[in-house]
Amino acid sequence: MSSAPAVAGGRGGWLRPLSRVLHRRPRLRLALLLTGPLGWLLVAYIGSLAVLLLSALWSTDSFTGELVREPTTDNFRTLLSSEVYRAITLRTLGVAAGVTVVDVLLGFPIAFYMAKVASPRWRRLLLVAVLTPLWASYLVKAYAWRVMLGSGGVLDWLLGPLGVHTPGYGLAGVWIVLSYLWLPYMILPIFAGLERLPDSLLEASSDLGAGAWRTFRSVILPLAFPAVVAGSIFTFSLSLGDYVAVNIVGGKTQMIGNVIYASVGAANDLPFAAALATVPVVVMLAYLLLARRAGAFESL
Amino acid sequence: MHLSPAARLALRLVTAAGLAFVYVPLLVVVISSFNSARIFTWPPDGFTLEWWGRAWDNPGARAALSASLRAALGATAIALVLGTLLSFAVQRHRFFGREAVNLLVVLPIALPGIVTGIALQSSFRVLGVSLSLWTIVVGHATFCVVVVFNNVVARLRRVSRSLEEASMDLGADAFETFRLVTFPALRSALLAGGLLAFALSFDEIIVTTFTAGPGDQTLPLWIFTNLTRPNQAPVVNVVAVLLIAVSVVPIWLAQRLSEGALRGGAAGAH
Repeated sequence: MSSAPAVAGGRGGWLRPLSRVLHRRPRLRLALLLTGPLGWLLVAYIGSLAVLLLSALWSTDSFTGELVREPTTDNFRTLLSSEVYRAITLRTLGVAAGVTVVDVLLGFPIAFYMAKVASPRWRRLLLVAVLTPLWASYLVKAYAWRVMLGSGGVLDWLLGPLGVHTPGYGLAGVWIVLSYLWLPYMILPIFAGLERLPDSLLEASSDLGAGAWRTFRSVILPLAFPAVVAGSIFTFSLSLGDYVAVNIVGGKTQMIGNVIYASVGAANDLPFAAALATVPVVVMLAYLLLARRAGAFESL
Repeated sequence: MHLSPAARLALRLVTAAGLAFVYVPLLVVVISSFNSARIFTWPPDGFTLEWWGRAWDNPGARAALSASLRAALGATAIALVLGTLLSFAVQRHRFFGREAVNLLVVLPIALPGIVTGIALQSSFRVLGVSLSLWTIVVGHATFCVVVVFNNVVARLRRVSRSLEEASMDLGADAFETFRLVTFPALRSALLAGGLLAFALSFDEIIVTTFTAGPGDQTLPLWIFTNLTRPNQAPVVNVVAVLLIAVSVVPIWLAQRLSEGALRGGAAGAH
């Protein structure tokens, strides 16, 4: 920034009057800044969501498979009254929560080691090590876990001598693989949050007589909490909607994503899929509002 | 931070275990790309370079790679423009609904991909837009805006406004100030956000499944159709290993660049 050349001469032309107008009228500046992105997000995204939620009130003719565009609450009634869908919803929420807990327990110490303990050289290496798997194909990683989890596979081979055996394909497999896939999304925000936390605060705490555990509980955890919540938005939401990894390692396990996918594809029942999709939408909206109160949006 | 040797050791062990958890499956992918059997089983049968040769002149993989690159570049470009505009609006202005904008921009990445996917698909259908590479770009750009936005907002919060005011006082107009003062301060944040957006788009499968036209095959879609075929599965592993190897370069570069910028920025502030 120190090398900025002298610009006092400036250029003539039409830019300068335009610049003057913009400078004098901040509202116009704001309007120009907001029109493009807000237009995109409101039209392309919120508009699409509105179409989806609207179509949840339609139905599909069971003979012709055509959409019937007359409002009905049948889809929601089926959804609420059926034991199967309630079980699937609870299972999906359970897996999403379980994945988030595993990733916090594993990701926090790693992020802490990276941000506050490791030397700068090691910090850079570890950061690259955490970022690299994000570039490895999600599908290939999920399939690698088929080889890991299969009976007589890598897990049995590695951990068999310790008396640990593979859980095989099923709910436990889904839990492990989703925790695996989303771990970097938890480590990175926590690392960024801890890196922002000044060392002087930790030193002050220990000067005032606090031990490492007390410093962690009273200083680090409250200040890093928004970053943890930010990471949990990713791990929770990515688990909530996944159906690809669930298909690969889940055996017969059904999650909301699988049912939505089957309703759109095989069953060709978009209205019912749309009604099912309102479940993760409502859950995530509630989650986001809570996360915002925790200050997580500044740490995303 | 002052830690007992035991706590230090415990942290080191957890980090090592976490990295092992992350890298053992990737190692399995690397090993299986050299495995002589057509369907991978553990332990491997033998060693071969056959799949590496086949991957090299695989027209399907090349076409898919090119489609993925175009989609990711398009989505990243749109996300850079929209994300930067929005971050200036939110960070430099106070207006009604500013908090709602924060929520709006996070929403596409916070809602599961399958929701975004079928929402976009059904509105494309309602509008009569036929699915193509462009609809993939629209879908990807929508959830990539947030990563650029977050990076730029975080940087704008730290860049002092007084530098821009000084530039204006010295006679530069708004555009010159942006070009010579603001943009250089944002460059590494844009690079970091752009890289992340590119990575997100490049590996996206769920939204792509719903927004791709019948003839459009991005790399994840190609991988999805080929992973279960006996003769193609090892080729897919080769492609995956190549991607990991190639990706280390931009990650490393971005890391160095952003550190340099941080140090330079901090030095400039004193």
